[in-house]
Amino acid sequence: MRKFETMTGKVVPMDRPNVDTDAIIPKQYLKSIKRTGFGVTLFDDWRYLDPGEPGMDHGKRRENPDFVLNQPRYRGGQILLARKNFGCGSSREHAVWALDDYGIRVVIAPSFADIFFNNSFKSGLLPIVLPEDVVDRLFQETFASEGYALTVDLEAQTVVTPSGQAYAFEVDEFRKYCLLNGFDDIGLTLRHADEIRAYEARRAREAPWLFN
Amino acid sequence: MSGQTTGGKTLYDKIWNAHVVRSEPDGTALIYIDRQLVHEVTSPQAFEGLRMAGRKPWRTAAVLAVPDHNVPTTDRSQGIADPVSREQVETLDANCQAFGITEFRMNDIRQGIVHVIGPEAGFTLPGTTIVCGDSHTSTHGAFGALAFGIGTSEVEHVLATQCLLQKKSKSMLVEVRGRVGPGVTAKDIVLAIIGEIGTAGGTGYAIEFGGEAIRALSMEGRMTVCNMAIEAGARAGMVAVDETTVEYVQGRPYTPTGDMWDQAVAAWFDLRSDDDARFDRVVTIDAVAIRPQVTWGTSPEMVLPVDARVPDPAQEKDEVKANGMRRALEYMGLKPGMAISDIAVDKVFIGSCTNSRIEDLRAAAAVVKGRKKAGNVKLAMVVPGSGLVKQQAEQEGLDRIFLEAGFEWREPGCSMCLAMNADRLEPGERCASTSNRNFEGRQGQGGRTHLVSPAMAAAAGVAGHFIDVCDLK
Ligand code: SF4
Repeated sequence: MRKFETMTGKVVPMDRPNVDTDAIIPKQYLKSIKRTGFGVTLFDDWRYLDPGEPGMDHGKRRENPDFVLNQPRYRGGQILLARKNFGCGSSREHAVWALDDYGIRVVIAPSFADIFFNNSFKSGLLPIVLPEDVVDRLFQETFASEGYALTVDLEAQTVVTPSGQAYAFEVDEFRKYCLLNGFDDIGLTLRHADEIRAYEARRAREAPWLFN
Repeated sequence: MSGQTTGGKTLYDKIWNAHVVRSEPDGTALIYIDRQLVHEVTSPQAFEGLRMAGRKPWRTAAVLAVPDHNVPTTDRSQGIADPVSREQVETLDANCQAFGITEFRMNDIRQGIVHVIGPEAGFTLPGTTIVCGDSHTSTHGAFGALAFGIGTSEVEHVLATQCLLQKKSKSMLVEVRGRVGPGVTAKDIVLAIIGEIGTAGGTGYAIEFGGEAIRALSMEGRMTVCNMAIEAGARAGMVAVDETTVEYVQGRPYTPTGDMWDQAVAAWFDLRSDDDARFDRVVTIDAVAIRPQVTWGTSPEMVLPVDARVPDPAQEKDEVKANGMRRALEYMGLKPGMAISDIAVDKVFIGSCTNSRIEDLRAAAAVVKGRKKAGNVKLAMVVPGSGLVKQQAEQEGLDRIFLEAGFEWREPGCSMCLAMNADRLEPGERCASTSNRNFEGRQGQGGRTHLVSPAMAAAAGVAGHFIDVCDLK
C-alpha cells in the first residue's frame, strides 16, 4: 500500500448528505476485473449529461457544467469535503479506488458509513471525521475563496486551514501505523499464522461441526 | 460455545468473544472468519492480489462462491450476451477452479443470490462469523451469526488468512413490541425501523433485532429484516437463535448431522443476549402502529405508510435535510402533498436478496391470484432468489399464478435490484420494488424506485398504483 505523506491539497465541496457508493461509482463500471481506471467515471451520473457505459471514450462525453468536479475552480482537487454519512450503501471498494484514481487523497466529513470508512484505509485514502460545525465552516471558507486548500498531517493528526487554524482529528493507532508505513495488512496478519492455527485447533475441539 | 455465560453478555459479545484470535493494544482485534461467500463482482481483484503475492487461500472449505449480479434472468442456454458481464463470471469460474473453491455455477440448480444460497445450503450456521464482499451480508445475522459486508481488500485478507482486523462495534437493541396487523410484513417492519432511526442511525453499531414481532417472524422474515440493517447504517444485524432457527437449519446439505448436530444445537441455544445484557442503545418500536410502508425518496429513510402523503420540504426546519428532500422529490418526479396511493407505477420488480425467498413469492402470488396486471404497468417481473426457490415455487404452481396475471417469471439472480445485467429501468420509469435501495440510478440511470414488501409490490402491479394490500378490491 502507498504511504500516506503530509499533503496540502485543493478542496472540492460535495455539499449533500448521504452520498452513496452507487453515486460514487455506478454499477456498470463494477464489471471491470481491474483495480484501476475508475477515476474518469467517478460520480458518473452526476458528472456527465449522457449515460455512461464501460469501454466508452469518456473524454468525448458531455460534462455537466453544474457539477462540482467540473467547475474550473475545483478541478484537480485532492481533498473532498463532504456531509454526513458519506459512502453509505454498497460495500464496493471500487468507490475508494475511483476517488483514489481521480486523485483524491483525503475525504473530510462529519460522519462516514462503516464499510466505506474501513475500505478507505486499505488503499491509502484517509477519511477524516470532523465535527459538524467545523465541516460547516470549511464549506463556507471553500465557497468563499477560490483555490482554497487544506494541509493534512497524519502524524500530528491535524487539518490546517490557510489562515493557520488547526483542527485535530482521531485515528486508530493501528490504522495510522499501517498508513504511515504503507504496510500491507495481509503481510502483518500472516506474522501471526501460528496464533491463527492455535485458534483453529482450539475451536475445532469446541465447535467441531464448523471444521467438517 | 466458548462464550461461557457469566451473565451480562449480548449475543454480539458472545459471538465476538468466541472469535478473537489476538488483540492489539488499541483494541483492534484479529477475528477468525468461519465462512466466506464470494461473488463475481467484488472478488476478481482479490484473487488477482493473491496471485500477485504468490499466496494461497488459507482454508478453501470455508469458502463458497456463486455468480449472481451479472447473470441473465432470461434463457441461459446461450450464455451471457454482454461480453463484459460474461468476462466477470468467467473470471470467477476460473478463479474458483484454480484455487479449489466450491462454486455453484450459473447453470447449477443451486445457483442464486449469494445471500439466498448460503442459508439455503446450510452453509450459514448459527454462531459463526460470515463475511462477503457485499454489504447485504448482514442478512445471515438472522441465524444468530455475526455477518457483515467487507471490501475487496478484505476479501483478499480473509482468503489469505481466514481472519479480519476489526474493532468491536457498539451494540444496539431494536425491540419491536407486540404483533403486527394484517398486511404488514417483515419488510414493513424494517422500513419502519429505518424511518425511525435513519440511514445513519446504526452507524458504528451491530444491531440485534428482538421483541415479540421479530420472534414471530419466520427465518425468511428475519433475513429480510437483517438484510436491511445495512440500510440503517449498521454493518451487522442479528436475531437470537430459537426453535425457528434450528428447524430451518436442520437437514440442509452443509448442516451437521448425527452427534455433531446434537452438539451444535445444544451450543446454539446459548446464542441469545443474557437477560441482564447491556446495550449501548435501545430503540423500541410498537408493532401495532406499523402500516404497510412505501419509500417516496432516494434514501431508504424517506419512507411513509401507504396512507400518508408525500412530505413538504417547506415544513422541514433543518436546511440540509430540506434540500435533500427537494432534490429527492425532483428526482422522483413527485409533488409535496400528493397521496402515496396516487402514485402510478410503470414497472414492478419482485426479487433481490431482501425478498426473493419462497415465502416472499407466496405472499406476492396470494395477492396476484385471479387478478391481472394493470394496463399502465409495462412490466412486472418475478425473479426467484435461487434455482431451488424457483423449483419449489413451480412445484407449488406459483409460476402459473404470476404468468396468468401477466407477470414475467425469470431465472434467479440479482437482476433489477441493481441492474448490472440487462434488467433495468429506463430514465423516468417508476418501479414498485421489493429490493433494498432506492438510491438515484440504482435500478437504471434516471429510474425511480419505491421500496415495498412483496405483497405491496404485487398489489401495485395489479392496481397500477400503490395501494394498501388490505384495500385491494
Ligand atoms: S440482490 Fe441486490 S442487494 Fe442483494 S446482493 Fe444482489 S445486488 Fe446486492
